[in-house]
Amino acid sequence: MTVKVDMHLDKGGFRLECAFESPPSGFTAVFGPSGCGKTTLLRAIAGLEPEARGLVKVGADSWQDANGCLPTHRRPVGYVFQHPSMFSHLDVHANLRFGMRRRRSSDAALDFDLVVELLGLSDLLRRHAPGLSGGERQRVAIAQALLSNPRLLLMDEPLAALDQASRSVLLPYLDDIQRQLAIPVLYVSHALDEVARLTDHLVLMRDGRVVTSGGINELLTRLDLPMAHGRNAEAVLHAAVRAHDTRDELTELTFSGGHLWVPRVDAVPGAGVRLRIRARDVSLALQPLSGTSILNSFPVVVAEIDDDGPSQVMVRLQAGDQTLLARVTRRSQRLLAIEPGKHLHAQIKSVALLA
Amino acid sequence: MTGELLQAAGLQPADMQALWLTLRLAALTTLLLILVGTPLAWWLARTRSRLRAPVEALVALPLVLPPTVLGFYLLLAMGPNGPLGGLSLAFTFGGLLLGSMIYSLPFVVQPLRDAFAAIGEQPLEMAACLGANPVDRFRSVVLPLARPGYVTAAVLGFAHTLGEFGVVLMIGGNIPGETRVLSIAVYEHVEALDYANAHVLSAGLLLLSFILLLLIYTSRFRRRTGA
Repeated sequence: MTVKVDMHLDKGGFRLECAFESPPSGFTAVFGPSGCGKTTLLRAIAGLEPEARGLVKVGADSWQDANGCLPTHRRPVGYVFQHPSMFSHLDVHANLRFGMRRRRSSDAALDFDLVVELLGLSDLLRRHAPGLSGGERQRVAIAQALLSNPRLLLMDEPLAALDQASRSVLLPYLDDIQRQLAIPVLYVSHALDEVARLTDHLVLMRDGRVVTSGGINELLTRLDLPMAHGRNAEAVLHAAVRAHDTRDELTELTFSGGHLWVPRVDAVPGAGVRLRIRARDVSLALQPLSGTSILNSFPVVVAEIDDDGPSQVMVRLQAGDQTLLARVTRRSQRLLAIEPGKHLHAQIKSVALLA
Repeated sequence: MTGELLQAAGLQPADMQALWLTLRLAALTTLLLILVGTPLAWWLARTRSRLRAPVEALVALPLVLPPTVLGFYLLLAMGPNGPLGGLSLAFTFGGLLLGSMIYSLPFVVQPLRDAFAAIGEQPLEMAACLGANPVDRFRSVVLPLARPGYVTAAVLGFAHTLGEFGVVLMIGGNIPGETRVLSIAVYEHVEALDYANAHVLSAGLLLLSFILLLLIYTSRFRRRTGA
Protein backbone atom coordinates (compact mmCIF):
# COMPACT_ATOMS: atom_id res chain seq x y z
CA MET A 1 0.00 0.00 0.00
CA THR A 2 1.72 3.11 -1.20
CA VAL A 3 1.19 6.11 1.05
CA LYS A 4 0.53 9.35 -0.74
CA VAL A 5 0.48 12.55 1.27
CA ASP A 6 -0.03 16.14 0.16
CA MET A 7 -1.00 18.30 3.10
CA HIS A 8 -0.93 21.87 4.23
CA LEU A 9 -1.69 23.40 7.58
CA ASP A 10 -1.33 26.81 9.22
CA LYS A 11 -1.00 26.57 12.95
CA GLY A 12 -0.03 29.44 15.19
CA GLY A 13 2.35 31.07 12.71
CA PHE A 14 3.83 27.75 11.62
CA ARG A 15 3.19 26.63 8.09
CA LEU A 16 3.32 22.99 7.12
CA GLU A 17 3.37 22.13 3.44
CA CYS A 18 4.30 18.54 2.74
CA ALA A 19 3.98 16.29 -0.26
CA PHE A 20 5.61 12.89 -0.59
CA GLU A 21 4.99 9.29 -1.46
CA SER A 22 6.33 6.35 0.46
CA PRO A 23 6.89 2.77 -0.66
CA PRO A 24 4.16 0.20 -0.02
CA SER A 25 5.96 -1.47 2.86
CA GLY A 26 8.95 -1.00 5.08
CA PHE A 27 10.05 1.84 7.30
CA THR A 28 10.11 5.33 5.84
CA ALA A 29 11.93 7.87 8.00
CA VAL A 30 10.49 11.34 8.34
CA PHE A 31 13.77 12.97 9.18
CA GLY A 32 14.68 16.53 10.08
CA PRO A 33 15.75 18.85 12.89
CA SER A 34 13.55 19.43 15.94
CA GLY A 35 10.70 21.82 15.25
CA CYS A 36 10.57 21.25 11.50
CA GLY A 37 7.01 19.91 11.67
CA LYS A 38 7.56 16.15 11.65
CA THR A 39 5.15 15.46 14.49
CA THR A 40 2.55 17.84 13.08
CA LEU A 41 2.78 16.05 9.73
CA LEU A 42 2.25 12.68 11.41
CA ARG A 43 -0.68 14.01 13.42
CA ALA A 44 -2.23 15.45 10.27
CA ILE A 45 -1.96 12.07 8.54
CA ALA A 46 -3.75 10.46 11.50
CA GLY A 47 -6.47 13.11 11.35
CA LEU A 48 -5.48 14.60 14.71
CA GLU A 49 -5.03 18.10 13.24
CA PRO A 50 -8.53 19.14 12.24
CA GLU A 51 -7.23 22.24 10.43
CA ALA A 52 -5.04 20.25 8.04
CA ARG A 53 -6.14 20.28 4.41
CA GLY A 54 -5.03 18.19 1.50
CA LEU A 55 -4.73 14.59 0.53
CA VAL A 56 -3.93 11.37 2.39
CA LYS A 57 -4.14 8.15 0.45
CA VAL A 58 -3.11 4.74 1.71
CA GLY A 59 -3.17 2.16 -1.04
CA ALA A 60 -6.48 2.58 -2.84
CA ASP A 61 -8.20 4.12 0.20
CA SER A 62 -8.52 7.86 0.45
CA TRP A 63 -8.48 9.06 4.05
CA GLN A 64 -8.67 12.68 3.12
CA ASP A 65 -9.15 14.54 -0.13
CA ALA A 66 -11.13 17.40 -1.61
CA ASN A 67 -14.35 15.41 -1.21
CA GLY A 68 -14.04 14.72 2.47
CA CYS A 69 -12.03 13.73 5.45
CA LEU A 70 -12.37 10.67 7.66
CA PRO A 71 -12.31 11.30 11.40
CA THR A 72 -9.37 9.68 13.19
CA HIS A 73 -11.36 6.72 14.50
CA ARG A 74 -12.37 5.76 10.97
CA ARG A 75 -8.76 5.77 9.70
CA PRO A 76 -7.10 2.37 10.07
CA VAL A 77 -3.97 3.88 11.55
CA GLY A 78 -1.63 2.78 14.28
CA TYR A 79 -0.04 5.66 16.18
CA VAL A 80 2.86 5.35 18.61
CA PHE A 81 3.29 8.60 20.53
CA GLN A 82 6.63 10.00 21.59
CA HIS A 83 5.76 9.90 25.27
CA PRO A 84 5.03 6.32 26.17
CA SER A 85 1.57 6.07 27.54
CA MET A 86 -1.08 3.48 28.04
CA PHE A 87 -4.57 3.60 29.48
CA SER A 88 -3.87 3.73 33.19
CA HIS A 89 -7.26 2.27 34.13
CA LEU A 90 -6.56 -0.91 32.17
CA ASP A 91 -3.91 -3.59 32.57
CA VAL A 92 -1.53 -4.43 29.75
CA HIS A 93 -3.78 -7.18 28.41
CA ALA A 94 -6.82 -4.89 28.24
CA ASN A 95 -4.69 -2.15 26.69
CA LEU A 96 -3.63 -4.52 23.92
CA ARG A 97 -7.23 -5.61 23.34
CA PHE A 98 -8.51 -2.04 23.14
CA GLY A 99 -7.88 -1.49 19.46
CA MET A 100 -8.21 -5.16 18.58
CA ARG A 101 -11.83 -5.29 19.72
CA ARG A 102 -12.71 -2.14 17.84
CA ARG A 103 -11.01 -2.96 14.53
CA ARG A 104 -11.73 -6.61 14.20
CA SER A 105 -11.01 -7.69 10.68
CA SER A 106 -11.10 -10.96 8.84
CA ASP A 107 -7.70 -10.31 7.28
CA ALA A 108 -5.97 -9.31 10.50
CA ALA A 109 -2.31 -9.65 9.73
CA LEU A 110 -1.02 -10.10 13.25
CA ASP A 111 -2.54 -12.21 15.95
CA PHE A 112 -2.40 -11.50 19.65
CA ASP A 113 0.10 -14.14 20.70
CA LEU A 114 2.49 -13.26 17.90
CA VAL A 115 2.59 -9.57 18.82
CA VAL A 116 2.93 -10.33 22.53
CA GLU A 117 5.85 -12.58 21.65
CA LEU A 118 7.34 -10.07 19.21
CA LEU A 119 7.44 -7.35 21.86
CA GLY A 120 8.25 -9.57 24.82
CA LEU A 121 5.14 -8.74 26.78
CA SER A 122 4.00 -12.17 27.97
CA ASP A 123 5.18 -11.58 31.53
CA LEU A 124 3.63 -8.14 31.74
CA LEU A 125 0.06 -8.85 30.68
CA ARG A 126 -1.51 -8.41 34.12
CA ARG A 127 0.49 -5.32 35.04
CA HIS A 128 -0.72 -1.71 35.14
CA ALA A 129 1.03 1.42 33.93
CA PRO A 130 2.53 2.51 37.28
CA GLY A 131 4.49 -0.75 37.54
CA LEU A 132 6.09 -0.47 34.11
CA SER A 133 9.21 1.35 32.94
CA GLY A 134 9.07 3.86 30.11
CA GLY A 135 10.54 1.33 27.71
CA GLU A 136 8.02 -1.33 28.71
CA ARG A 137 5.18 1.12 28.30
CA GLN A 138 6.45 2.03 24.86
CA ARG A 139 6.48 -1.66 23.92
CA VAL A 140 2.87 -1.91 25.11
CA ALA A 141 2.01 1.13 23.00
CA ILE A 142 3.66 -0.39 19.91
CA ALA A 143 1.92 -3.73 20.43
CA GLN A 144 -1.39 -1.96 20.98
CA ALA A 145 -0.99 -0.06 17.73
CA LEU A 146 0.02 -3.20 15.81
CA LEU A 147 -2.95 -5.15 17.15
CA SER A 148 -5.44 -2.52 16.05
CA ASN A 149 -4.94 -3.92 12.57
CA PRO A 150 -3.60 -0.74 10.96
CA ARG A 151 -2.99 -0.19 7.27
CA LEU A 152 -0.34 2.38 8.15
CA LEU A 153 1.78 2.60 11.28
CA LEU A 154 2.91 6.05 12.44
CA MET A 155 5.71 6.21 14.98
CA ASP A 156 6.61 9.57 16.47
CA GLU A 157 10.16 9.30 17.81
CA PRO A 158 9.29 6.26 19.90
CA LEU A 159 12.77 6.22 21.45
CA ALA A 160 13.26 9.93 22.08
CA ALA A 161 11.65 10.05 25.52
CA LEU A 162 13.56 7.00 26.78
CA ASP A 163 16.92 6.80 28.50
CA GLN A 164 19.87 5.25 26.71
CA ALA A 165 19.46 1.87 28.39
CA SER A 166 15.76 1.50 27.51
CA ARG A 167 16.56 2.71 24.02
CA SER A 168 19.08 -0.04 23.36
CA VAL A 169 16.61 -2.58 24.77
CA LEU A 170 13.82 -1.38 22.49
CA LEU A 171 15.82 -1.08 19.27
CA PRO A 172 16.06 -4.84 18.61
CA TYR A 173 12.26 -5.07 18.94
CA LEU A 174 11.97 -2.42 16.25
CA ASP A 175 14.41 -4.40 14.09
CA ASP A 176 12.11 -7.42 14.38
CA ILE A 177 9.06 -5.38 13.50
CA GLN A 178 10.91 -3.86 10.58
CA ARG A 179 11.68 -7.35 9.26
CA GLN A 180 8.23 -8.84 9.82
CA LEU A 181 5.71 -6.10 9.19
CA ALA A 182 4.08 -5.97 5.78
CA ILE A 183 2.45 -2.54 6.13
CA PRO A 184 4.15 0.81 5.55
CA VAL A 185 5.58 2.57 8.59
CA LEU A 186 6.31 6.28 8.86
CA TYR A 187 8.99 6.69 11.48
CA VAL A 188 9.66 10.20 12.72
CA SER A 189 13.14 10.81 14.02
CA HIS A 190 15.87 13.37 14.30
CA ALA A 191 18.50 10.76 15.17
CA LEU A 192 20.45 9.63 12.14
CA ASP A 193 21.66 6.40 13.77
CA GLU A 194 18.08 5.18 14.28
CA VAL A 195 17.15 6.18 10.77
CA ALA A 196 20.17 4.40 9.27
CA ARG A 197 19.42 1.26 11.23
CA LEU A 198 15.67 1.00 10.69
CA THR A 199 14.59 2.70 7.52
CA ASP A 200 15.01 2.15 3.80
CA HIS A 201 13.35 5.29 2.61
CA LEU A 202 13.79 8.86 3.74
CA VAL A 203 11.52 11.92 3.70
CA LEU A 204 13.74 14.85 4.52
CA MET A 205 12.01 17.81 6.19
CA ARG A 206 13.02 21.35 6.98
CA ASP A 207 10.92 24.32 8.16
CA GLY A 208 7.61 22.61 7.54
CA ARG A 209 8.48 21.46 4.04
CA VAL A 210 9.66 18.25 2.45
CA VAL A 211 13.11 18.99 1.05
CA THR A 212 13.34 15.71 -0.82
CA SER A 213 12.56 12.04 -0.45
CA GLY A 214 14.15 8.87 -1.72
CA GLY A 215 16.07 5.72 -0.84
CA ILE A 216 18.32 5.97 2.19
CA ASN A 217 21.47 4.99 0.29
CA GLU A 218 20.90 7.72 -2.25
CA LEU A 219 19.88 10.48 0.15
CA LEU A 220 22.65 9.97 2.70
CA THR A 221 25.26 10.26 -0.02
CA ARG A 222 23.82 13.21 -1.92
CA LEU A 223 26.37 15.98 -1.68
CA ASP A 224 23.78 18.76 -1.96
CA LEU A 225 22.16 17.62 1.30
CA PRO A 226 23.49 18.38 4.77
CA MET A 227 23.82 14.74 5.89
CA ALA A 228 26.78 14.18 3.58
CA HIS A 229 28.73 16.96 5.27
CA GLY A 230 28.29 16.09 8.93
CA ARG A 231 31.24 14.91 10.97
CA ASN A 232 29.77 11.41 10.87
CA ALA A 233 28.76 11.47 7.20
CA GLU A 234 28.07 7.92 6.20
CA ALA A 235 26.54 5.62 3.64
CA VAL A 236 24.07 2.83 4.30
CA LEU A 237 24.54 -0.13 1.97
CA HIS A 238 22.37 -3.17 1.45
CA ALA A 239 24.18 -6.47 1.05
CA ALA A 240 23.51 -10.19 1.36
CA VAL A 241 25.28 -12.88 3.35
CA ARG A 242 27.24 -15.15 1.01
CA ALA A 243 29.22 -17.52 3.19
CA HIS A 244 30.86 -17.91 6.57
CA ASP A 245 34.55 -18.56 7.16
CA THR A 246 34.61 -20.66 10.29
CA ARG A 247 38.38 -20.61 10.68
CA ASP A 248 38.71 -16.83 10.93
CA GLU A 249 35.17 -16.26 12.22
CA LEU A 250 34.34 -13.95 9.33
CA THR A 251 31.33 -13.63 7.08
CA GLU A 252 31.46 -12.77 3.43
CA LEU A 253 28.85 -10.33 2.15
CA THR A 254 28.11 -9.50 -1.44
CA PHE A 255 26.50 -6.54 -3.11
CA SER A 256 26.42 -5.37 -6.68
CA GLY A 257 29.71 -3.49 -6.26
CA GLY A 258 31.79 -6.33 -4.86
CA HIS A 259 32.19 -8.25 -1.66
CA LEU A 260 33.07 -7.47 1.93
CA TRP A 261 34.35 -9.37 4.93
CA VAL A 262 32.88 -8.62 8.33
CA PRO A 263 33.14 -10.29 11.73
CA ARG A 264 30.94 -13.36 11.78
CA VAL A 265 27.24 -12.56 11.41
CA ASP A 266 24.58 -14.84 12.79
CA ALA A 267 22.56 -15.17 9.59
CA VAL A 268 21.97 -17.78 6.93
CA PRO A 269 23.47 -17.32 3.47
CA GLY A 270 21.14 -15.21 1.35
CA ALA A 271 19.90 -13.11 4.27
CA GLY A 272 19.91 -9.36 3.72
CA VAL A 273 21.99 -7.09 5.94
CA ARG A 274 22.50 -3.35 6.25
CA LEU A 275 25.93 -1.86 6.54
CA ARG A 276 27.16 1.51 7.55
CA ILE A 277 30.35 2.87 6.06
CA ARG A 278 31.55 6.23 7.33
CA ALA A 279 33.09 8.69 4.90
CA ARG A 280 36.18 9.04 7.09
CA ASP A 281 36.78 5.26 7.00
CA VAL A 282 37.09 5.14 3.21
CA SER A 283 40.42 5.81 1.50
CA LEU A 284 41.05 5.85 -2.22
CA ALA A 285 43.84 4.35 -4.29
CA LEU A 286 44.71 4.20 -7.97
CA GLN A 287 45.56 0.47 -7.80
CA PRO A 288 44.25 -2.34 -5.63
CA LEU A 289 46.71 -2.38 -2.74
CA SER A 290 48.63 -5.43 -1.66
CA GLY A 291 50.42 -5.86 1.63
CA THR A 292 47.80 -4.09 3.68
CA SER A 293 45.83 -5.18 6.73
CA ILE A 294 42.68 -3.75 5.26
CA LEU A 295 40.45 -6.62 4.15
CA ASN A 296 37.84 -4.74 2.24
CA SER A 297 38.56 -3.14 -1.07
CA PHE A 298 36.51 -2.87 -4.21
CA PRO A 299 36.52 -0.86 -7.44
CA VAL A 300 34.51 2.37 -7.54
CA VAL A 301 33.80 5.18 -9.97
CA VAL A 302 33.88 8.80 -8.81
CA ALA A 303 30.44 10.29 -9.27
CA GLU A 304 30.75 13.76 -7.74
CA ILE A 305 33.05 15.90 -5.61
CA ASP A 306 32.13 18.70 -3.23
CA ASP A 307 33.99 21.02 -0.86
CA ASP A 308 34.11 19.83 2.71
CA GLY A 309 36.01 22.35 4.78
CA PRO A 310 39.24 24.18 3.93
CA SER A 311 41.47 21.13 3.51
CA GLN A 312 39.12 18.35 2.53
CA VAL A 313 36.65 17.29 -0.12
CA MET A 314 33.76 14.84 0.01
CA VAL A 315 33.70 12.33 -2.84
CA ARG A 316 30.61 10.38 -3.83
CA LEU A 317 31.51 6.99 -5.23
CA GLN A 318 29.47 4.57 -7.28
CA ALA A 319 29.94 0.89 -6.43
CA GLY A 320 27.54 -1.24 -8.44
CA ASP A 321 24.08 0.19 -7.92
CA GLN A 322 24.92 1.74 -4.56
CA THR A 323 26.86 4.79 -3.52
CA LEU A 324 29.22 5.59 -0.71
CA LEU A 325 31.18 8.57 0.51
CA ALA A 326 34.88 9.16 1.00
CA ARG A 327 36.40 12.15 2.78
CA VAL A 328 39.87 12.88 1.42
CA THR A 329 42.28 15.80 1.57
CA ARG A 330 42.54 18.30 -1.24
CA ARG A 331 46.16 17.28 -1.63
CA SER A 332 45.14 13.65 -2.27
CA GLN A 333 42.54 14.85 -4.70
CA ARG A 334 45.24 16.71 -6.62
CA LEU A 335 47.87 13.95 -6.43
CA LEU A 336 45.45 11.23 -7.54
CA ALA A 337 43.71 13.54 -10.03
CA ILE A 338 40.35 12.58 -8.60
CA GLU A 339 37.55 13.83 -10.81
CA PRO A 340 34.11 12.60 -11.83
CA GLY A 341 34.27 9.46 -13.98
CA LYS A 342 37.64 8.34 -12.61
CA HIS A 343 38.00 4.65 -11.74
CA LEU A 344 39.57 4.04 -8.33
CA HIS A 345 39.80 1.46 -5.60
CA ALA A 346 38.06 2.15 -2.31
CA GLN A 347 39.54 0.70 0.86
CA ILE A 348 37.22 0.37 3.78
CA LYS A 349 38.84 0.60 7.15
CA SER A 350 35.70 -0.18 9.10
CA VAL A 351 32.25 -1.54 8.33
CA ALA A 352 29.47 -1.46 10.89
CA LEU A 353 26.65 -3.91 10.66
CA LEU A 354 23.28 -2.28 11.38
CA ALA A 355 21.08 -4.85 13.03
CA MET B 1 -36.33 -1.09 61.31
CA THR B 2 -33.93 1.82 60.70
CA GLY B 3 -36.78 4.13 61.66
CA GLU B 4 -37.19 2.40 65.01
CA LEU B 5 -33.47 2.59 65.56
CA LEU B 6 -33.42 6.31 64.89
CA GLN B 7 -36.46 6.85 67.05
CA ALA B 8 -34.70 4.98 69.82
CA ALA B 9 -31.78 7.38 69.33
CA GLY B 10 -34.13 10.19 70.30
CA LEU B 11 -35.52 11.38 66.98
CA GLN B 12 -39.05 12.69 66.94
CA PRO B 13 -41.27 11.61 64.02
CA ALA B 14 -41.26 15.16 62.66
CA ASP B 15 -37.46 15.21 62.70
CA MET B 16 -37.35 11.84 61.01
CA GLN B 17 -39.52 13.22 58.28
CA ALA B 18 -37.08 16.13 57.96
CA LEU B 19 -34.15 13.69 57.83
CA TRP B 20 -35.69 11.62 55.02
CA LEU B 21 -36.63 14.72 53.11
CA THR B 22 -33.10 16.03 53.42
CA LEU B 23 -31.53 12.76 52.27
CA ARG B 24 -33.93 12.54 49.35
CA LEU B 25 -33.24 16.13 48.38
CA ALA B 26 -29.47 15.64 48.62
CA ALA B 27 -29.54 12.39 46.64
CA LEU B 28 -31.74 13.77 43.87
CA THR B 29 -29.78 17.01 43.70
CA THR B 30 -26.51 15.07 43.39
CA LEU B 31 -27.87 12.76 40.72
CA LEU B 32 -29.27 15.59 38.60
CA LEU B 33 -26.15 17.68 39.09
CA ILE B 34 -23.92 14.81 37.91
CA LEU B 35 -26.08 14.55 34.79
CA VAL B 36 -26.16 18.28 34.10
CA GLY B 37 -22.64 18.91 35.38
CA THR B 38 -20.93 16.32 33.18
CA PRO B 39 -21.46 18.09 29.84
CA LEU B 40 -20.91 21.48 31.46
CA ALA B 41 -17.65 20.38 33.11
CA TRP B 42 -16.52 18.68 29.89
CA TRP B 43 -17.11 21.87 27.98
CA LEU B 44 -15.29 23.96 30.60
CA ALA B 45 -12.34 21.57 30.60
CA ARG B 46 -11.84 21.59 26.85
CA THR B 47 -13.26 24.71 25.26
CA ARG B 48 -11.15 27.57 24.00
CA SER B 49 -14.22 29.76 23.66
CA ARG B 50 -14.18 33.27 25.06
CA LEU B 51 -17.34 32.34 26.94
CA ARG B 52 -15.37 30.02 29.17
CA ALA B 53 -14.31 32.62 31.76
CA PRO B 54 -17.80 34.13 32.26
CA VAL B 55 -19.38 30.69 32.51
CA GLU B 56 -16.70 29.59 34.95
CA ALA B 57 -17.38 32.67 37.08
CA LEU B 58 -21.13 32.02 37.02
CA VAL B 59 -20.61 28.42 38.11
CA ALA B 60 -18.39 29.54 40.99
CA LEU B 61 -20.80 32.25 42.13
CA PRO B 62 -22.64 30.11 44.71
CA LEU B 63 -19.28 29.57 46.43
CA VAL B 64 -19.04 33.21 47.45
CA LEU B 65 -22.61 34.48 47.42
CA PRO B 66 -24.56 34.47 50.71
CA PRO B 67 -27.19 31.73 50.24
CA THR B 68 -29.87 34.26 51.18
CA VAL B 69 -28.97 36.38 48.16
CA LEU B 70 -29.27 33.34 45.93
CA GLY B 71 -32.53 32.39 47.64
CA PHE B 72 -33.90 35.89 47.30
CA TYR B 73 -33.42 35.98 43.54
CA LEU B 74 -34.72 32.44 43.16
CA LEU B 75 -37.79 33.47 45.12
CA LEU B 76 -38.32 36.42 42.78
CA ALA B 77 -37.82 34.19 39.75
CA MET B 78 -40.32 31.68 41.08
CA GLY B 79 -42.79 34.38 42.11
CA PRO B 80 -46.00 34.94 40.14
CA ASN B 81 -44.31 37.58 37.99
CA GLY B 82 -40.91 35.87 37.71
CA PRO B 83 -39.66 33.94 34.65
CA LEU B 84 -40.32 30.64 36.45
CA GLY B 85 -43.64 31.84 37.88
CA GLY B 86 -45.71 29.56 35.67
CA LEU B 87 -44.13 26.46 37.20
CA SER B 88 -45.40 27.28 40.72
CA LEU B 89 -42.14 26.11 42.28
CA ALA B 90 -42.05 28.38 45.30
CA PHE B 91 -42.47 26.53 48.61
CA THR B 92 -42.44 23.11 46.92
CA PHE B 93 -39.98 20.24 46.88
CA GLY B 94 -39.35 20.90 43.18
CA GLY B 95 -38.40 24.48 43.92
CA LEU B 96 -36.12 23.31 46.66
CA LEU B 97 -34.49 20.85 44.27
CA LEU B 98 -33.84 23.57 41.71
CA GLY B 99 -32.44 25.86 44.41
CA SER B 100 -30.18 23.10 45.75
CA MET B 101 -28.87 22.34 42.30
CA ILE B 102 -27.82 25.93 41.80
CA TYR B 103 -26.47 26.17 45.34
CA SER B 104 -24.35 23.00 45.00
CA LEU B 105 -23.42 23.42 41.32
CA PRO B 106 -19.76 24.40 41.83
CA PHE B 107 -19.19 21.51 44.24
CA VAL B 108 -20.05 19.06 41.47
CA VAL B 109 -18.85 20.88 38.36
CA GLN B 110 -15.41 21.90 39.60
CA PRO B 111 -14.17 18.42 40.60
CA LEU B 112 -15.51 17.02 37.33
CA ARG B 113 -13.86 19.80 35.32
CA ASP B 114 -10.52 19.20 37.06
CA ALA B 115 -10.79 15.45 36.54
CA PHE B 116 -11.51 15.88 32.84
CA ALA B 117 -8.69 18.39 32.43
CA ALA B 118 -6.25 16.05 34.19
CA ILE B 119 -6.86 13.30 31.62
CA GLY B 120 -5.22 15.39 28.91
CA GLU B 121 -5.39 14.94 25.16
CA GLN B 122 -3.22 11.90 24.66
CA PRO B 123 -5.47 9.12 26.03
CA LEU B 124 -8.30 10.44 23.87
CA GLU B 125 -6.13 10.68 20.77
CA MET B 126 -4.81 7.19 21.45
CA ALA B 127 -8.34 5.87 21.72
CA ALA B 128 -9.33 7.59 18.48
CA CYS B 129 -6.35 6.06 16.67
CA LEU B 130 -7.46 2.68 18.02
CA GLY B 131 -10.85 3.08 16.41
CA ALA B 132 -12.99 4.45 19.25
CA ASN B 133 -15.66 6.95 18.21
CA PRO B 134 -16.40 9.99 20.41
CA VAL B 135 -19.13 8.33 22.48
CA ASP B 136 -17.02 5.22 22.90
CA ARG B 137 -14.04 7.37 23.94
CA PHE B 138 -16.10 9.09 26.60
CA ARG B 139 -17.50 5.84 27.93
CA SER B 140 -14.38 3.70 27.86
CA VAL B 141 -11.64 6.25 28.53
CA VAL B 142 -12.97 9.46 30.06
CA LEU B 143 -15.46 7.98 32.54
CA PRO B 144 -13.09 5.42 34.07
CA LEU B 145 -10.19 7.87 34.22
CA ALA B 146 -12.40 10.55 35.78
CA ARG B 147 -13.91 8.21 38.35
CA PRO B 148 -12.13 9.77 41.34
CA GLY B 149 -13.51 13.12 40.18
CA TYR B 150 -17.01 11.67 40.09
CA VAL B 151 -16.64 10.29 43.62
CA THR B 152 -15.47 13.66 44.89
CA ALA B 153 -18.20 15.51 43.00
CA ALA B 154 -20.94 13.22 44.29
CA VAL B 155 -19.82 13.31 47.90
CA LEU B 156 -19.26 17.06 47.94
CA GLY B 157 -22.54 17.74 46.16
CA PHE B 158 -24.41 15.48 48.57
CA ALA B 159 -22.75 16.81 51.71
CA HIS B 160 -23.11 20.40 50.68
CA THR B 161 -26.82 19.98 49.95
CA LEU B 162 -27.28 18.41 53.38
CA GLY B 163 -26.07 21.60 54.98
CA GLU B 164 -28.20 23.95 52.94
CA PHE B 165 -30.09 26.56 54.98
CA GLY B 166 -30.28 30.03 53.57
CA VAL B 167 -31.70 29.07 50.19
CA VAL B 168 -34.31 26.83 51.79
CA LEU B 169 -35.30 29.54 54.17
CA MET B 170 -36.02 31.88 51.28
CA ILE B 171 -37.69 29.61 48.76
CA GLY B 172 -38.79 26.56 50.72
CA GLY B 173 -40.17 27.80 53.93
CA ASN B 174 -40.97 25.23 56.55
CA ILE B 175 -43.62 22.83 55.25
CA PRO B 176 -43.27 19.43 56.94
CA GLY B 177 -42.74 16.63 54.44
CA GLU B 178 -42.35 19.11 51.57
CA THR B 179 -39.66 21.66 52.36
CA ARG B 180 -38.77 21.25 56.03
CA VAL B 181 -35.19 19.97 55.86
CA LEU B 182 -32.79 19.14 58.69
CA SER B 183 -31.10 22.49 58.96
CA ILE B 184 -34.49 24.18 59.27
CA ALA B 185 -35.56 21.66 61.89
CA VAL B 186 -32.44 22.44 63.92
CA TYR B 187 -33.22 26.13 63.69
CA GLU B 188 -36.79 25.47 64.85
CA HIS B 189 -35.61 23.49 67.86
CA VAL B 190 -33.17 26.18 68.88
CA GLU B 191 -35.84 28.86 68.49
CA ALA B 192 -38.06 26.81 70.76
CA LEU B 193 -35.16 26.40 73.22
CA ASP B 194 -35.43 22.63 72.68
CA TYR B 195 -31.67 22.12 72.84
CA ALA B 196 -31.89 18.36 73.37
CA ASN B 197 -33.48 17.74 69.99
CA ALA B 198 -31.31 20.39 68.35
CA HIS B 199 -28.31 18.45 69.65
CA VAL B 200 -29.51 15.13 68.27
CA LEU B 201 -30.00 16.55 64.81
CA SER B 202 -26.88 18.72 64.80
CA ALA B 203 -24.59 16.02 66.08
CA GLY B 204 -26.08 13.59 63.55
CA LEU B 205 -25.51 16.00 60.69
CA LEU B 206 -22.00 16.76 61.90
CA LEU B 207 -21.14 13.08 62.08
CA LEU B 208 -22.64 12.31 58.68
CA SER B 209 -20.77 15.18 57.01
CA PHE B 210 -17.54 14.16 58.66
CA ILE B 211 -17.92 10.56 57.51
CA LEU B 212 -18.62 11.67 53.93
CA LEU B 213 -15.56 13.91 53.85
CA LEU B 214 -13.49 11.19 55.47
CA LEU B 215 -14.55 8.89 52.63
CA ILE B 216 -13.20 11.31 50.03
CA TYR B 217 -9.92 11.95 51.74
CA THR B 218 -9.16 8.30 52.50
CA SER B 219 -9.90 7.34 48.90
CA ARG B 220 -7.66 10.15 47.70
CA PHE B 221 -4.86 9.11 50.01
CA ARG B 222 -5.15 5.51 48.88
CA ARG B 223 -4.95 6.55 45.28
CA ARG B 224 -1.85 8.62 45.88
CA THR B 225 -0.03 5.83 47.66
CA GLY B 226 -1.19 3.37 45.02
CA ALA B 227 -2.53 0.95 47.66
